Amino acid sequence: MTTPDKLIQMVIACALFFGVMAVILLLTQRLKSRSGERVQVAAFVAPALLLVAVGLLYPAVTTIYQSFLDRSLSESVGFDNYVKIFTDPSQVKVLRNTAIWVVLCPTLATLIGLVYAVLVDGSRFERLAKTMLFLPIAISLVGASIIWKFVYDYKASDQTQIGVLNALLQAIGVDTYRFLLTEPWNTLFLIVIFVWVQAGFAMTILSASIKAIPTEIIEAAKLDGVGGLKMFRYITVPSIRPALIVVLTTISIATLKVFDIVRTATGGNFGTSVLANEFYTQSFRAFERGLGAALGTLIFVLVLPIVIYNVRQMRKLEATR
Amino acid sequence: MSTTTPVEDTVAAEEATKHRKSASTAAKEGLSSRWGSAAALVIAVLWTVPTVGLLISSFRPEADVKTTGWWTVLSNPSFTLDSYRSVITGSDVNLATYFVNSIVITVPSVVIPVTIATMSAYAFAWMQFKGRDTLFVAIFALQIVPIQVTMIPLLTLYVDWGLAGRQAPGGGFWTVWLSHSIFALPLAIYLMHNFMREIPGELVESARIDGAGHVQIFTRIMLPLLKPSIAAFAIFQFLWVWNDLLVALVFAGGNLQVSPLTVRLAELAGQRGEDWHLLSAGAFVSLVVPVLVFVFGQRYFVRGMLAGSVKG
Repeated sequence: MTTPDKLIQMVIACALFFGVMAVILLLTQRLKSRSGERVQVAAFVAPALLLVAVGLLYPAVTTIYQSFLDRSLSESVGFDNYVKIFTDPSQVKVLRNTAIWVVLCPTLATLIGLVYAVLVDGSRFERLAKTMLFLPIAISLVGASIIWKFVYDYKASDQTQIGVLNALLQAIGVDTYRFLLTEPWNTLFLIVIFVWVQAGFAMTILSASIKAIPTEIIEAAKLDGVGGLKMFRYITVPSIRPALIVVLTTISIATLKVFDIVRTATGGNFGTSVLANEFYTQSFRAFERGLGAALGTLIFVLVLPIVIYNVRQMRKLEATR
Repeated sequence: MSTTTPVEDTVAAEEATKHRKSASTAAKEGLSSRWGSAAALVIAVLWTVPTVGLLISSFRPEADVKTTGWWTVLSNPSFTLDSYRSVITGSDVNLATYFVNSIVITVPSVVIPVTIATMSAYAFAWMQFKGRDTLFVAIFALQIVPIQVTMIPLLTLYVDWGLAGRQAPGGGFWTVWLSHSIFALPLAIYLMHNFMREIPGELVESARIDGAGHVQIFTRIMLPLLKPSIAAFAIFQFLWVWNDLLVALVFAGGNLQVSPLTVRLAELAGQRGEDWHLLSAGAFVSLVVPVLVFVFGQRYFVRGMLAGSVKG
């Protein structure tokens, strides 16, 4: 297809969609009777219900079923796929990496976001300072990975370095280091990329909560002689607890599904694979479809409790606003 | 990348108390302010340097990029647009094509779910029907399904329906459009529903008494009032789709005719990992659009984020 062809397809798709929607609205517009209202409800809700049922509900149920089938999805293997995930050495390493990601990413991103939000709050450069931390959110994880691969670039110790980090190592007279290839620390250097992206999100939510703490509380604490770190520990942090939990859980959920960084930076090689990447590799590269389905289901099972908790806290946070 | 555009006006305007002594300024006074500022500066530099390094490299000649660090531009400044020329139009990288693909993928993938979600959110918020609340909770609950869980059966459906592949209608774009729309719906419906419930009920009631039907209320009252909320979600969805890699990899199925920039860049990073002049320029070609959208839509973006529109 040529470029004009593609653009025409895009316009056709949008026009088609709007056309159908407009016809639905026009046809149901005049209905006033009781049965007419029912048709209206159907017109408004049916497209969403249909898409969600066919695109989410049915596939999810199917995948869970397929996780008990063999690689070509022809015979049942019971729990073998799950047993493999928890016993096969390479799969256990994937689980270990995922655990490291889920522990470190939310904690580091939230901590940096919180400290930074407090430090720049009310300063003259607050807006600019916040933009600097916030901007990576707009960048794709593929772009972020390329940016950091360049930071981590490796050349032998006796050569001119083009990566910042190895240039620094060289400058202080230490051997240059293969940041992305050396197990097991390379996982940490990949985690840095995700923290770099997520800290701005944490900062924004937390900064908004900090600014919403009632002044009376702060004044009262000041009268009691509370200040500095104590203020931070006993007033600021407890006051924004619901926001802290929302931020931590939201980043945990995103971390469990992280795929682009591992895929772009190492392709999941050198012992850096995580669940979401392994799902892709097994399903679409190794064609181990049963195992792929089991990995997907496992992500589902791990995400489930965090999402429920996250939603509950979000409700609380909204109630306090 | 540094920009002087105002950060999150919404937060500043809506949340900021006029009082100078917020909890954090008080906390900061205690932390010796000088150390505090130094720490903030260190974080800010750490967050900016990686991007700046790549940006500078994208404007340096190929030979320089490959042999010397980008910080040497201070002593040896030489700039060129060659790298951009070769990634955008050069036949071996040809990002222009993928740029078009990204646009063609993104526009319907934003328009379709936003429209469908706004309509059904209206029904859930302001129409009376049996099982309304149950259905709403059910859709909301579907947010917990990670997209990985849905991919293979969904792809099988597309293949059965003849939507996948080069010969398919729309050249294979429909699979990507539909997938993005489906994955966006639960969150979009939930958010639009929340925004819609904030509109006073009396407004809807009085319109009904005046004889307006649901369609009129939806198009004449709700849509104009909800413009900022719709913009907030649209920007979110835009960034999500433009920056997505996984959905494109799976549903464009390696068909380069319909693959977006992210897929091509990820491929370049794997195959030509040492061609930093291409990678740096390529990365920035893909960053320009989302960063612009982000900078100009920041007001709405932050509003959406504070309302909880962070895709899990």
